Amino acid sequence: MRYARLTRRGALGGMLGTLAATRPAIAADVTLLNVSYDPTRELYRAINRAFAEDWQAKAGQRVTVNQSHGGSGAQARAVLDGLQADVVTLALAADIDALARRGLIAADWQRRLPNNATPFTSTIVLLVRKGNPQGIHDWPDLLKPGVAVITPNPKTSGGARWNFLAALGWAQKQPNATAATAEAFLRDLFHQVPVLDTGARGATNSFAQRELGDVLIAWENDAWLARKEFGAEAFEIVYPSLSILAEPPVAVVDSVVDKRGSREVAQAYLEFLYTPKAQDIAAQNYYRPRDLAVATRYAERYPELKLVTIQDFGGWETAQAAYFADGGLFDRIYTPGK
Amino acid sequence: MTRRSALPGFGPALTITLVWVSLIVLLPLTSLAVRPWELGLMGVWHSITEPRVLAALRLSFGAAALAAVVNVPFGLLVAWVMVRYRFPGRRLADSLIDMPLALPTAVAGIALTALFAPKGWIGAWLLPLGIKVAYTPVGIMVALVFVGLPFVVRTLEPVLMDLPLEAEEAAATLGATRAQTLRKVVIPALAPALLAGFAAALARGVGEYGSVIFIAGNMPMLSEIAPLLIVIRLEQLDYAGAAALGLVMLLVSFSILLLLNLLQKRMGVKIR
Repeated sequence: MRYARLTRRGALGGMLGTLAATRPAIAADVTLLNVSYDPTRELYRAINRAFAEDWQAKAGQRVTVNQSHGGSGAQARAVLDGLQADVVTLALAADIDALARRGLIAADWQRRLPNNATPFTSTIVLLVRKGNPQGIHDWPDLLKPGVAVITPNPKTSGGARWNFLAALGWAQKQPNATAATAEAFLRDLFHQVPVLDTGARGATNSFAQRELGDVLIAWENDAWLARKEFGAEAFEIVYPSLSILAEPPVAVVDSVVDKRGSREVAQAYLEFLYTPKAQDIAAQNYYRPRDLAVATRYAERYPELKLVTIQDFGGWETAQAAYFADGGLFDRIYTPGK
Repeated sequence: MTRRSALPGFGPALTITLVWVSLIVLLPLTSLAVRPWELGLMGVWHSITEPRVLAALRLSFGAAALAAVVNVPFGLLVAWVMVRYRFPGRRLADSLIDMPLALPTAVAGIALTALFAPKGWIGAWLLPLGIKVAYTPVGIMVALVFVGLPFVVRTLEPVLMDLPLEAEEAAATLGATRAQTLRKVVIPALAPALLAGFAAALARGVGEYGSVIFIAGNMPMLSEIAPLLIVIRLEQLDYAGAAALGLVMLLVSFSILLLLNLLQKRMGVKIR
């Protein structure tokens, strides 16, 4: 837990992480550091407890999994700057790719675990206030005059990039859609956004606590969690006609586990995520499980949805360059006179 | 330096000073100055002249300057009351002034946002008047006024304590009105300190991050401060671009502070 407060400060977090990591372990006890993105706190708290029991029974070793949370991009940078993460569980593959490009993780990381190394998925939904006073039912309703939309900054938030792509996916699938109409839709959409928080949790707080805006574009799991925390009567979840399959992937950080000698337990930890037990915990925390049996058990919670995937945008590398890099679509939205 | 000090040890003291300043100030700044050039001269130029970057720089320096301008008269008033009057609760008020220094800036930002948001205690009253504070550049100013106040007050207090009451009494006996006394006697004597307070508040405001990002709205071209752009660039792993922007802020800040310092010195000389 001590990591949680430090991670935002890349270098400092890195240094202290190193100190903590090289501390001699107490007689065969083992610690792991899971560096994750913003809204997974509750999920991994529950999974870590289950994994500790499982590993104790299997290997007879006590394992403590420390968690660190923050914006996905910031977390990737912290690891890059030296935060000793045994595993990373980030919001999107692009952030883990960045680590792979710099040699911290093997290039084939996404093939080392089943399902693109994504043990559970989520999607992007619309959260509206009680009674849906603005009549929001699908993406085009967000452009109605007077509707304020809350979504974080896609430059800093992984979740916001999924939001952006979900809206873009819908715009691209409309009859007679062209690149220009899709871009115009995104431009109009972001003109309805009064504040760009840096992370998904910040945006949820703006919407739920500050009562800002009429609709929050959010991770499905965060939308359910907001309903749980602020009362189911406060908000309604609207499923748009089309959304995106959000795949937050996981990977062992090779350079760290080889140095710390923690590869075996780190690998076991990620494999544990695919077991029915962990899948059930994921479903309880409003993630969509990969395990069919578990998925069926929670079927009424997860309506069928038409989903595009990141492959529809040519994969992360292409999408990143086209939409989120400097001079990309998101920048053009805010550039005057174009 | 030619006059011998009563205390020995000029040599070691200067050595320690130089090493310390180099280590704490110069070294980090040097690394900042070295980093951007991997982009090439043109690359650095492009990365700091993007419209979005220019808008952010304008906002950061503009809002900090405005906030400092607001803080100078009110800071003077606060310092005046604290120095010249004794009243119940003065000690408490005195500690309260330092609160913006001690409070984590994020806490200040969240508290101010809660107050000024459209549904907040103050925001709800301002909204019908058509005044929006949170999530606009006005909100940034409010946050910067908050964090800058103690710098002005604490700079002025010692100078006010040294300001002899006799000077004001003399002015009064010579027939000056209160306004004249203030304008001709008090303000000129305080001018260097006022300028120093302004500079300190300005410097604090330019670098402020924690409190501002919560209240600013962070909209590109409108309410996005330069330090946030640096963070955004870092998050895109664009270290060189972030350093280039940092370097620009450093150079501009340094020039402003140097100018204010020189100005302050000249004023001080003139008065004596």
